[in-house]
Amino acid sequence: MRQVAIYGKGGIGKSTTTQNLTAGLGEMGKKIMIVGCDPKADSTRLILGGLAQRTVLDTLREEGEDIELDLVMKDGFAGIKCVESGGPEPGVGCAGRGIITSIGLLERLGAYTDPLDYVFYDVLGDVVCGGFAMPIREGKAREIYIVASGEMMALYAANNISKGIQKYANTGGVRLGGIICNSRKVDGEAELVSAFAKELGSQMIHFVPRDNMVQRAEINKKTVIDFNPECAQANEYRALAGKIDQNGMFVIPKPLKQERLEELLMEHGLLEAV
Amino acid sequence: MGVKGAVLEKYAAKVFKNRKEHMLEIDSGQAESRIAANSRSIPGIMTSRGCCYAGCKGVVLGPLKDALLITHGPVGCGFYSWGTRRNKARAANGGSFIQYCFSTDLQEPDIVFGGEKKLRQAIKEAIELFHPQCVLVCSTCPVGLIGDDIHAVAAESEKLYGITCVAFSCEGYKGVSQSAGHHIANNGVMRRIIGRDDTPPATKFSLNLLGEYNIGGDSWEIERILRRVGYEVVAVLTGDGSFADLSRAHNAALNLVQCHRSINYIAEMMKTRFGMDWIKVNFIGVEAACRSLRDIALYFGDPDLSRRTEEVIADELERIEPDRAHYRRKLKGRTASLYVGGSRSHHYQNLLADFGVSTVLAGYEFAHRDDYEGREVIPDIKEDADNKNIESIAVEKDEKRHRAFLAPERYAELKEKIPLDYYKGMIRDMPDGSVVIDDLNHYETEAFIELLRPDFFMSGIKDKYVIQKAGVPSKQLHSYDYGGPYAGFNGAINFARDIARSVECPAWRLVTPPWKFEAMLEGTVTE
Repeated sequence: MRQVAIYGKGGIGKSTTTQNLTAGLGEMGKKIMIVGCDPKADSTRLILGGLAQRTVLDTLREEGEDIELDLVMKDGFAGIKCVESGGPEPGVGCAGRGIITSIGLLERLGAYTDPLDYVFYDVLGDVVCGGFAMPIREGKAREIYIVASGEMMALYAANNISKGIQKYANTGGVRLGGIICNSRKVDGEAELVSAFAKELGSQMIHFVPRDNMVQRAEINKKTVIDFNPECAQANEYRALAGKIDQNGMFVIPKPLKQERLEELLMEHGLLEAV
Repeated sequence: MGVKGAVLEKYAAKVFKNRKEHMLEIDSGQAESRIAANSRSIPGIMTSRGCCYAGCKGVVLGPLKDALLITHGPVGCGFYSWGTRRNKARAANGGSFIQYCFSTDLQEPDIVFGGEKKLRQAIKEAIELFHPQCVLVCSTCPVGLIGDDIHAVAAESEKLYGITCVAFSCEGYKGVSQSAGHHIANNGVMRRIIGRDDTPPATKFSLNLLGEYNIGGDSWEIERILRRVGYEVVAVLTGDGSFADLSRAHNAALNLVQCHRSINYIAEMMKTRFGMDWIKVNFIGVEAACRSLRDIALYFGDPDLSRRTEEVIADELERIEPDRAHYRRKLKGRTASLYVGGSRSHHYQNLLADFGVSTVLAGYEFAHRDDYEGREVIPDIKEDADNKNIESIAVEKDEKRHRAFLAPERYAELKEKIPLDYYKGMIRDMPDGSVVIDDLNHYETEAFIELLRPDFFMSGIKDKYVIQKAGVPSKQLHSYDYGGPYAGFNGAINFARDIARSVECPAWRLVTPPWKFEAMLEGTVTE
C-alpha cells in the first residue's frame, strides 16, 4: 500500500488534482482511499458526486467514541473509498488537532486494513502547525507530491512545504515524489517549475495544462475522466496517474534559500515580464 | 568559598553563571545586595514553582467564597487545585462555593471544535444550580492555544443572567511562575469588581486586609485582633472574601498589605484611582503583629485608638506569655530554613525570632526584586519579554470618588515612621551570614541542608518529603499541612506548638539512612 500526501498553496487545485488523478488510478483498477484533511470537507466531492459525506470529527462529536467505519466512509467513482476528516468552523477550535484525532480514529476503526493500493491524503494549504504535518509523521504517508504553478507564491509555498518534508524525512522516512504543475498559464511556466523541482533535487512529474473542461466537470460534481472520458484533459490526468504509479524517484528535498528562489524567477523571465 | 560557592561548584558553567545571580550571602558591609528574580527557571532544574493558573485561580481568586469559579480546561487543572491551599471560609447564608470544584472538563472534540459552547453550558448549569451573584472563569493552557474567546462568553453571560461574570486568561504557560497569575487576577478584580458598590463603612476606622488568604484561618485571627482594637474590616482580599465585600472595598479608609507580591498591584491601583493609602503589615509573629497594630494606629492618629491598641497588645501578650515562654525554652537556639512564595519567607522570620529561632536560609519561589530589596528598586527592574507579555493595566484617578485621607505634610511625616505605600523587602531584615536564594531547586535544597544543617525546613509539598527523607522535619507553609492559624497572637502559639512537636518527635532519631550502615558502592580491588 502506497500512502501519498498532496500538499500545496491554498487554492492551487490540490483537491481537484487529487480527485482527477485518483480517478485515473481507479480506472486502472487500483484500490484507493482518499482522506480529506481539510476542515471544509470538500476533498471528495467530485468522486462522490456531491458533499454526501459525514465527517469523521462530526461523527465523533455526535456519536462519541462508539462509531462504525461505514458511517464515515463512502464509495465513489471507480470504487474509490472516501473519508473526510472535517473540523471546526473557521475561527474556532483547533483544526490541526482535528486531523490528528481523525487519522488516529480511522486507524483504530480499521480503515487501513482492507487491501488497498493507495491512500491519498489531501491536506489543507501550507504545513501551518504540527496537526497538518500529521499525514507525514509517524510513518503514514511515505511520499508527497506538491501541487504548484509558475506563480511566485505557489513556488514559495512549495519551498516551505519542502522544509517540512525535510524535517520529517529523517525521522519519519517521508520522501518527495515530485512537483505537479497545475498550470496558471504563466510565462515559461513548465521550464520554471521544472528548474525549481530540479533545484529541490526532485522532478516536475507532470505538467497539467489549464483547461475549462476541469471547471465544467466540477460544476457537474464530477472528475474530468468521469464527466468527459474522451477529452484531452482526461488523458492528461491519466498520464499523471500513470507517472505516479510508475514513479521511482523519491528524495529528501533540499529547500531553496529565499534569494535563490528569487534568482530562479529572474532567470526564467518572470520578473522581467513584469 | 562560602556556602554559596560550595553549592554552585557542581554546576556547569552556563548554569553556574545563571544561578549565582539568584543567591546572596548577607553581608551588611556590602554597598548593595542585589539578587536576580522573576526570570525563567533553567530547563532541567527541578524548580518548585507553579504556573500562571496556579497564581490566578489557586492564590488570588480561589479563596473567594461566594464567587463561583469555573476552570475552563481539561479536568486535571481544576481537580488538582481543589482545596489544596486550605483557604477557610464561613458562609453567612450557606452560599459558599469554596468546597466545590467546577471545571468544563474539556475533551478532545472540544479542543478540535472549540470549547466556548461547553463553557456557556457550564455557566448556565452553575447558575441554575447554585444561583451565584458572580461567576469567575479561569482558562488553562489548551484554551489559550485554541483561542476560545472566554471574555466574550463572560460578557454574554452577564447580559443573559444579570450576574457579574469575569474571565481571566491565566493560561499556565504565561510568565515564568505563579506571579503572572497574581497580576492577571489583580487586573480582573480591579477592573470588574472593586468599586461597584459605594455603601460607606459604618465607622471611621475602616480597613481592607489585602494579600491575606485565610490559610488555616489566619485571617480570622487577624480580624479578631483588629476588631478588638476597634477597626472595621470592610474586605479581605481574598481570604474568606466575598464578592459583596470586594465590591465596596474602595470605601474603606486604608489598605493593609500582608502578601506584597500577590496583591501590590491592587494596592497601587486603588491608590491611583481612589486615593487610598496602603501600609505594609505583617501579622505573622508576635512582635511583628504588635508593630503592625501600632503602625495602623499611627496612620489614623487618633489618641483613643492608640490607647486601645496598647491595651489590646498588653492584654494579648499577657494572655499568651506562659505558652510563649514555654515554647521559647523548647525552641531557643534552633535554626530554620524557609522557602515559600513571595512574602511568607520574610514574615515567618519574625515569628521564628519570637521563639529564639534564627533563619539561616530564606528564599522566594516567585518574588520580584522589590520583594527582596525593597520597592525603591522598581524603577531599575529591567522588563524582559516574559514580563512584558503579562498585561499591566493603568487606572485613572476617579475624580468623584478620589479622596486623600492624609494631608500632604502628615503624609510626609508618616512616611518616615511607617511603611506607608512602601515595602522594604526581605533582605534588610536578614542577619549577616544568612543565605537568600531565589527559585531554590531540589539539588540546592539538598546541598544547603547538608551545609547548613537547619533544625527544620519550611517549604511546600514539592520538596517536603525530600527534606524529611534527609532527616529534617519539614512543614508546608503554603497550606500549613493540617494546622493553623499561625497568624496573630493565638496563631504564634499554635505555630510554636506544631514546630516543637515536629523537632522533638523521636522519629528523627530512629531513622538511620542506609548509607550509615551499608556500602553504597561495590567494587573489587585488583593488584
